[in-house]
Amino acid sequence: MRTTAHVSRPVSWQRRALHVLLILAVVCFMSVFLLLPLAVVFVEGLRGGIAAFIDTIGQREALASMRLTLLVAAIAVPLNLIFGVAAAWAMTRFQFRGKALLGAFIDLPFSVSPVISGLLYVLLFGAQGWFGPWLEQHGVRIIFAVPSLVLVTIFITLPFVARELIPLMQAQGSEEEEAARVLGATGWQMFFRVTLPNIRWALMYGVLLCNARAMGEFGAVSVVSGHIRGLTTTMPLEIEMLYNGYNEYDHIGAFAVASLLALLALLTLAVKTLLEWRYSDQIAPHTPGGH
Amino acid sequence: MTLLLSHLSRHFTDAAALDDVSLAIAPGEFLALLGSSGSGKTTLLRILAGLDYPQSGSVTRGGHDLLSMNARERKVGLVFQHYALFRHLTVTENIAFGLRVRPRHARPSRTEITDRVEKLLKRVQLEGYGGRYPAQLSGGQRQRVALARALAVEPDLLLLDEPFGALDAQVRIALRRWLRNLHEELGLTTVFVTHDQEEALELADRVAVMNRGRIEQVGSPEAIYQQPATPFVCEFIGKVNKFELQREQDRMICGALDFGADLWAKRYDRAVAYIRPEHLALATDTGWKARLRHIYLAGSVAHLELALDTSEQLIEVDVASEDLLRLGLQQGAELYVQARTATVFPLANDTGEAKSEDRRVLRPHQQPY
Repeated sequence: MRTTAHVSRPVSWQRRALHVLLILAVVCFMSVFLLLPLAVVFVEGLRGGIAAFIDTIGQREALASMRLTLLVAAIAVPLNLIFGVAAAWAMTRFQFRGKALLGAFIDLPFSVSPVISGLLYVLLFGAQGWFGPWLEQHGVRIIFAVPSLVLVTIFITLPFVARELIPLMQAQGSEEEEAARVLGATGWQMFFRVTLPNIRWALMYGVLLCNARAMGEFGAVSVVSGHIRGLTTTMPLEIEMLYNGYNEYDHIGAFAVASLLALLALLTLAVKTLLEWRYSDQIAPHTPGGH
Repeated sequence: MTLLLSHLSRHFTDAAALDDVSLAIAPGEFLALLGSSGSGKTTLLRILAGLDYPQSGSVTRGGHDLLSMNARERKVGLVFQHYALFRHLTVTENIAFGLRVRPRHARPSRTEITDRVEKLLKRVQLEGYGGRYPAQLSGGQRQRVALARALAVEPDLLLLDEPFGALDAQVRIALRRWLRNLHEELGLTTVFVTHDQEEALELADRVAVMNRGRIEQVGSPEAIYQQPATPFVCEFIGKVNKFELQREQDRMICGALDFGADLWAKRYDRAVAYIRPEHLALATDTGWKARLRHIYLAGSVAHLELALDTSEQLIEVDVASEDLLRLGLQQGAELYVQARTATVFPLANDTGEAKSEDRRVLRPHQQPY
């Protein structure tokens, strides 16, 4: 609106109407498909009042599911952080045979249905799977236990960090790293003083996305979990079980846990926005120059 | 300490970047590696910096093997073509980088580092810019920061990759002179890579002309320009008119043009001759008959395009603009051209390859002036 006020040429009412119409359309779409469902989650969760809400999420199974979700994310996200950086490094700094293939494999978890990802792990480690009997003999249980949840979550969230970093590292090139080497930096010094500062924002986005998916994953986790309440149910599984009434139908319980999960997602979003706002000056001006 | 490169070869999967390159670089020398892209000059520079390695050959400095040293031990400063400044660090932090990454026992104290950075900022005329980020500097300023950063580690050898390639024409010329002065002050052995022959000839003590992974000629700028050793150098440096010669008994001729006596005792049947535009002179009565096709006035010099009467070949002649006025020449005028010196390479009878070692200078028209 401010810009139109400065234009000497009168803006036709059709143009202005179009502006308003477009903005309205976006707002409506967002409201119906995003805000409304989000609001429903909280409203339904709090339907029985604050006391019922606290009572529900204070139950043993609910607390266990929260602990499990955080535990799975706490293992999967750091591992994928390391893998993502290493993969992005390999993809952008080295020439080797099968590089295109590696790129395709990094994308695999995006293209394969999560249910299939879960099934793959059952086929590998399940009782009738390839390694299942051997593991059974040695007293290691993976499927229908916590290790399988961690494994499939790593699989599902594997592309996030690498995919965020590869285009950036490609664009930045390796000249700064080479400059650091010539100036006498060791490999680690080069990484921590030059590479990491240059990719930190992309890395942070990648980690946040990875984390959001790790906490929210349902399909793959559902296949391998075995749904043992209090032991192998993460928050998304707990919500589904409460809602569909595997044990007893618990509408309020489902939405109470769902609202907690949504809250975690909103928190992630808030952290990202806060960091963006706080460091906007650093994100913007550090575009490569001098070309 | 003389830097000795011997028989360096580097092959990439598709082509040879360096093919048996040998070169000696004297202490304090300012050497230019001149060549078009793909000539191997940047590969050579990267090998000296320790960013690439040859498949065979050696590099020694004062008898010590440079290739087995890591970057820190090499004491080499490198300025990248696009400077490669650390974008997340200030100018001061950029310059101090090489000192700060040293192991504790070799690292200067904090105040020493600050002092040295201040001195370097003064040296590259960027006092007061220490707190800025690279993105806040102009191209010329960035280049000087890159230079200060390379000098901060007190290298024995300074390498510059296309140091003026990314700059405006005016800044480029100013920085060129400034760099030459700096070199004279520091006396640091300096090797720079360029594709710009003017830059190489103006700036360097010696120029190495590279082509397809080989060094075609090494010599002073005068020698490179006046006594080109190979056909490639003739064609690459400056402008040149090319003639294909044939031996007729004991004369070398190009159609009806007589280039003089055969100097190779009938060993070769064919040869190629190069004549620079300024080595051709206009005359009114004798010489090669030609017609004036175009006049390109470029300030003090006029470039004339002539068609030779006998062969229809187009040649270029440079004359002083004053002379052109004095002669009152117009397009289409008929005149005579005299060649004072021609550099001739005989061609092997079997392969047709130019025999650079049998190069001779012919004087088709013995002209006093």
